[in-house]
Amino acid sequence: MKPLKIIVLAKQVPDTRNVGSDAMKPDGTVNRGKLPTIFNPDDLHALELALNIKDRVLGTEIIILTMGPQRAADIIREGYYRGADNGIMISDRRFGGADTLATSYTLVKGIQKLAPFDLILGGRQAIDGDTAQVGPQCAEKLNIPQITYVEEIETITDNEIIAKRRLDKGVEIVSSSFPCLMTVHESSPACRSREAKRVMQYKYARTKTELNSKSTDETIYALHEKRPYLTIPEWGVEDIEAEMEKIGLSGSPTKVKSVESIVLTSDESKVLSDSDEDIELMIKELIENHTIG
Amino acid sequence: MKSVFVYCEVEDKKVAEISQELLSVGKRLAQKLGCPLEAMIFGEDLKNIATQISPFGVDRIHVADDERLEPYRTLPHASLANEILKREDPQIVLFGATSIGRDLAPRLASVLNCGLTADCTILDIGDHFVKKEKKEYTDLLYAIRPAFGGSIMANIINWDMHPQMATVREGVMKKEIFDKNYETEVVLVKVDEIVKEEDFIVKIIERHIEESDVNLKEAPIIVAGGYGVGSKENFKYLHQLSELLGGEIGGSRAAVDAGFIDHNRQIGQTGVTVRPKLYIAAGISGAVQHTAGMQDASLIISINKDPEAPMNKLADYVIEGDISTVVPKMIKYYKKNAK
Repeated sequence: MKPLKIIVLAKQVPDTRNVGSDAMKPDGTVNRGKLPTIFNPDDLHALELALNIKDRVLGTEIIILTMGPQRAADIIREGYYRGADNGIMISDRRFGGADTLATSYTLVKGIQKLAPFDLILGGRQAIDGDTAQVGPQCAEKLNIPQITYVEEIETITDNEIIAKRRLDKGVEIVSSSFPCLMTVHESSPACRSREAKRVMQYKYARTKTELNSKSTDETIYALHEKRPYLTIPEWGVEDIEAEMEKIGLSGSPTKVKSVESIVLTSDESKVLSDSDEDIELMIKELIENHTIG
Repeated sequence: MKSVFVYCEVEDKKVAEISQELLSVGKRLAQKLGCPLEAMIFGEDLKNIATQISPFGVDRIHVADDERLEPYRTLPHASLANEILKREDPQIVLFGATSIGRDLAPRLASVLNCGLTADCTILDIGDHFVKKEKKEYTDLLYAIRPAFGGSIMANIINWDMHPQMATVREGVMKKEIFDKNYETEVVLVKVDEIVKEEDFIVKIIERHIEESDVNLKEAPIIVAGGYGVGSKENFKYLHQLSELLGGEIGGSRAAVDAGFIDHNRQIGQTGVTVRPKLYIAAGISGAVQHTAGMQDASLIISINKDPEAPMNKLADYVIEGDISTVVPKMIKYYKKNAK
């Protein structure tokens, strides 16, 4: 069967399991600079699904597409280490502050520059918002069908792809023609680990901006001249011909009006120690008032 | 005045639980705005569906009845909803944060070029002054949800790109009958004029609906663990306690992420919302995302090593100590004292 061209949408996200008190700015937006970042977990599942298709359909090309600040280039490198063929970074200060509508517009402008393609894959949702909106929004803008919550690819032929979807209350097996967009559920297989050989091959992959930063070693420059594939393409507003009013804050209909710290209250808490006496007393009270027993 | 709209889901010819909850909150918003409440429902054999929907105070219902509309598929439902929303031009549209709503709503937000706020826990109406335009916008939807970091609630608004859309998880809003004899105008949607052949490009080959064996929503007693439980081993104590009390086991998102417990037992904003008689929170610090899903429990016990854990402020009983010490003692003294 003919090889496929797959674009994997991946996002670098703050690790919400390690959130400090300085994670929010006073205006209620996330202070991303203060947070450790990771490859969005569902997007790693999407990468695995792409790699699985590549195992089945020889010659398939996998392109990782990410939008974010410069340090999101880590996502591209991580993708290379695990088996992606190419990576593109969409990065420009003017894209900042985007909600899902502006994000999907920007990604779609990037995808259109990579067209034609057969499949777009992405995680079901990103852990920094859990909205699960960007996938379907991209599919609509590309005017292609979407299959959400994919767990497994059952069959793939030249004209058709059959996938198993994980729903709230069950599963569904559906077919679609190409091109189509799929969002991948966390119940799908976990992503394979890095390949040592690929880590060696790609560890000096850099965007132009990274290369031009002061800390870059001369030898890395030389390496990039010898091996141009190490230079990660970096697209800004002009490169993808994005309209200014559709990107960033101005392209985002949803705005944060206010944030409120939550002060949890209870009438009164009984504070107990872990002693036998205290715990037995509490259990007795709960039995007496028929909460338990 | 422009209406409030609810997209209703159908399950076995019945209006889904989540949709009934949305109609209830939709009615409250419509009353505040002094505008009609409208619903749209697409499926097969829906002749008597209006009788289920009217009592929620729905003024108009748009029904698309066609065998090809059930089970749900993205494209035909999106084409119908898009057409109706463009024609009716409502100010607010609500969807369930379900497999269906989360598939459909963003597709519509994209084609309608409007804002969509996910997983709201409070919906209200209010005003907003936009400094840049020196203009006061009145009667906006306040889509309020716990946000990043877990210690804050964010009020998300959208004043310039309408309609204002939001999704809500099942169990978050209270179901309320408005008037058993409410009169609803039924509008039959001409499916063939709207849905095109290419909308059926995705085909459903097989479908298995699994009744979940997890019934957190109905459980009177829930024993829930967080990241602070520390290990899957320690979680065993929670399983023992829950079994002994005839409860269900649940967990915070951190516990799910750590692999201590299955994701279908996650309690909180992006999991299940519960209102049990007794909620035992073991090693759960109490981020808003979690407490949003359990704060209405009648009685809360918090077991935590950290006396400053936010959960303790919500709790009726606070036990300062280690899970592996406290929980076995609870089991021991329950066995000793229960009749």
